[in-house]
Amino acid sequence: MQIKPATGLEIDGFTLGEKLHTGGFATIWEVTHPLYRTPMVMKVPTILDGFDAPTIVGFEVEQMIMPRLTGPHVPRVMGQGDFSQMAYIVTERIPGASMWALAKRAPLPIDELIEAAARMAQAVHDLHRQHVIHLDLKPDNFLQRPTGEMVLIDFGLSRHDHLPDLLAEEFTIPMGTFPYIAPEQILRQRGDLRSDLYGLGAIIYHLATGKMPFGEPETIKQVRQRLWRDPVPPRALRTEIPEWLQEIILRAMEVDPARRYQSAAQMIFDLTHPMQVRLTERAHKLAQDGFWTVWKRKRAMKKVKSLGAPISMAGQIDRAPILLVAVDLSPEMETLSHNLFLSVKRMLIIQPDARVACVNVIKTARLGIDQTTDEAGTHLHVSRLVGLKSWADCFDLPDDRLTYSILENTDPATAILEHAEAIEADHIMMGARGHSTARRFLGSVSARVVAEASCSVTVIRRPEKRRSEEATEVAA
Amino acid sequence: MRLAILTDIHANREALEAVLADATGMRIDRFAILGDIVGYGPDPDWCIDKVADLQARGAITVRGNHDRAIGVPDGALNAQARRVIDWTVDRLSAVHKAFLSELPLTVTEEDMLFVHASANDPQDWIYVTNENHAMPSFRVSKARLIFCGHVHKPALYSCDLSGRVMGHQFGYGTGVPLIRSRRWLGVIGSVGQPRDGSGLASWSVMDTDRNELTFRRVGYDSATTARKVRSAGLPEALAARLVKGF
Repeated sequence: MQIKPATGLEIDGFTLGEKLHTGGFATIWEVTHPLYRTPMVMKVPTILDGFDAPTIVGFEVEQMIMPRLTGPHVPRVMGQGDFSQMAYIVTERIPGASMWALAKRAPLPIDELIEAAARMAQAVHDLHRQHVIHLDLKPDNFLQRPTGEMVLIDFGLSRHDHLPDLLAEEFTIPMGTFPYIAPEQILRQRGDLRSDLYGLGAIIYHLATGKMPFGEPETIKQVRQRLWRDPVPPRALRTEIPEWLQEIILRAMEVDPARRYQSAAQMIFDLTHPMQVRLTERAHKLAQDGFWTVWKRKRAMKKVKSLGAPISMAGQIDRAPILLVAVDLSPEMETLSHNLFLSVKRMLIIQPDARVACVNVIKTARLGIDQTTDEAGTHLHVSRLVGLKSWADCFDLPDDRLTYSILENTDPATAILEHAEAIEADHIMMGARGHSTARRFLGSVSARVVAEASCSVTVIRRPEKRRSEEATEVAA
Repeated sequence: MRLAILTDIHANREALEAVLADATGMRIDRFAILGDIVGYGPDPDWCIDKVADLQARGAITVRGNHDRAIGVPDGALNAQARRVIDWTVDRLSAVHKAFLSELPLTVTEEDMLFVHASANDPQDWIYVTNENHAMPSFRVSKARLIFCGHVHKPALYSCDLSGRVMGHQFGYGTGVPLIRSRRWLGVIGSVGQPRDGSGLASWSVMDTDRNELTFRRVGYDSATTARKVRSAGLPEALAARLVKGF
């Protein structure tokens, strides 16, 4: 016997309050439970008369995936019920409006939009790390916590790498939201995390220009056009969009997933380091591709059944890691920094898609004036940057895969750890300066990084040094 | 309740020991053994004793075709399997034989059905190898969860509200939520003679509170088992396949 949701209804201890939202496939209710004090909402799928397969399967997918997600970028699940009485999922209530409210105000001020974009990418990266591809990214599916984190909702089309994909064989039509759906989803490929990066690109396009990249297509035939037709370049719609932002958007929206960003972390990196985005012809484009180019592409795409082999999530995050390399440039550390260089070089052979973020730390005085404000400080900063670039010169990496930062902190270990968090580094490589008496008392930088980093850390030592020699060394 | 589901042990002591060791520390409350304790392998008496011991402590146990073949001429078994059965019969005591002959074909508990092969006509030992072969089990049984073995390759099927049966991909070690809007059929892989290209022993954990089924694989000393098969004079192919898992 099916129960219909209504204000005042009690089910499994939850009491329904006011109805908050009526959507196409579900209604959202405010609920309370005597055991929980957190504000909560209940999502109840709207089952049409008869057997409403897409809604039911979408809801089953959410019931499978949502309870295993954790962290600030997903709503916490408090309870769920099956179809025997009334299917529902209860989650914590995220106050505030969705990104759709923001999208309605688009075009947004550039700063505001970049911050929102980086936060959305952060949420997507967190989801990917939990082996889930969302596959229905759109402004409505991002909520923002009062603390700033974006929260992803609506996992009805999502895919978990280790769980059965109930949607895979069930339906023969492409599933997603047409304005933001990735080309390979139109070809019914559901296994590629880069589909979400396309979605992010399309959302950023919308927030930046006030227009959806392909309007609001209504038929599959119209949606398919994005396999060969490129969107109007954002800068043609709004000149104040910087070239680097257009580069990010159009790269994320490449038709071939292999030409996009290869992980959300890489996209976050570019959004947070605009000056280091390598500009290609994508950045300078001011008009859509010409008739012949599009016609040739259309012909080539006509028979395409899939866009390359989808890549598994765990594999992909491993394949395109962000490597943070902390370099000590002081002259007496030359051998060590050379050894570090060789180790990074070896790492790049086995991880050819890695991005390298080189950092050098300027240790500032614990109490005192900020050094960078005076001339000497600026001079130090610039000379360190020059030194860092010359050190990394022989990696022979394209600019977009090599970045440089000079960090300033009273505590070098903290600087490295915070930077690693900020850029979502997967691996830190650094040198250990040695075993001096002073270091034993003051603590070593590398030891603290090893102990506290949330990613892998490789510490390089000078192979020829012996303990006895180092004992006489004085700590810098 | 956390239920460890084992099947097709096939007289493989090393594999059974490895699975039981893997189960230790996984907070298992109860065992279910889905038949074929004997056949193919060199340690039938030890394995029966172990299963009898688990049964005495509350394990669910059903009978497989090899268990039935002990003492009963079975034309359906191939020559190789028959040869091992004849060898096995000579090694078993009357108590062992009685234990096997008293096993039921199916056990139903709460919303779960345990059976060795397909749930329709379980005495016909039909292999559940695809969606079409999974369908009849859902049809004859009202159980929400059906667990069987016999195939030696782990698999998972569901039957949705409209009655459609689907096969599913799954990963090892991750609990699959057996969501309640569907009925599920889990084909548990073989402990003692895996045939899916991996030489690792298969088993599963059903957590009824979390409503999750976890497929597991565990390595065991298959070289020792293979050596025992050979020294017992059993067919060489049965020794070779243990190492490669085909």
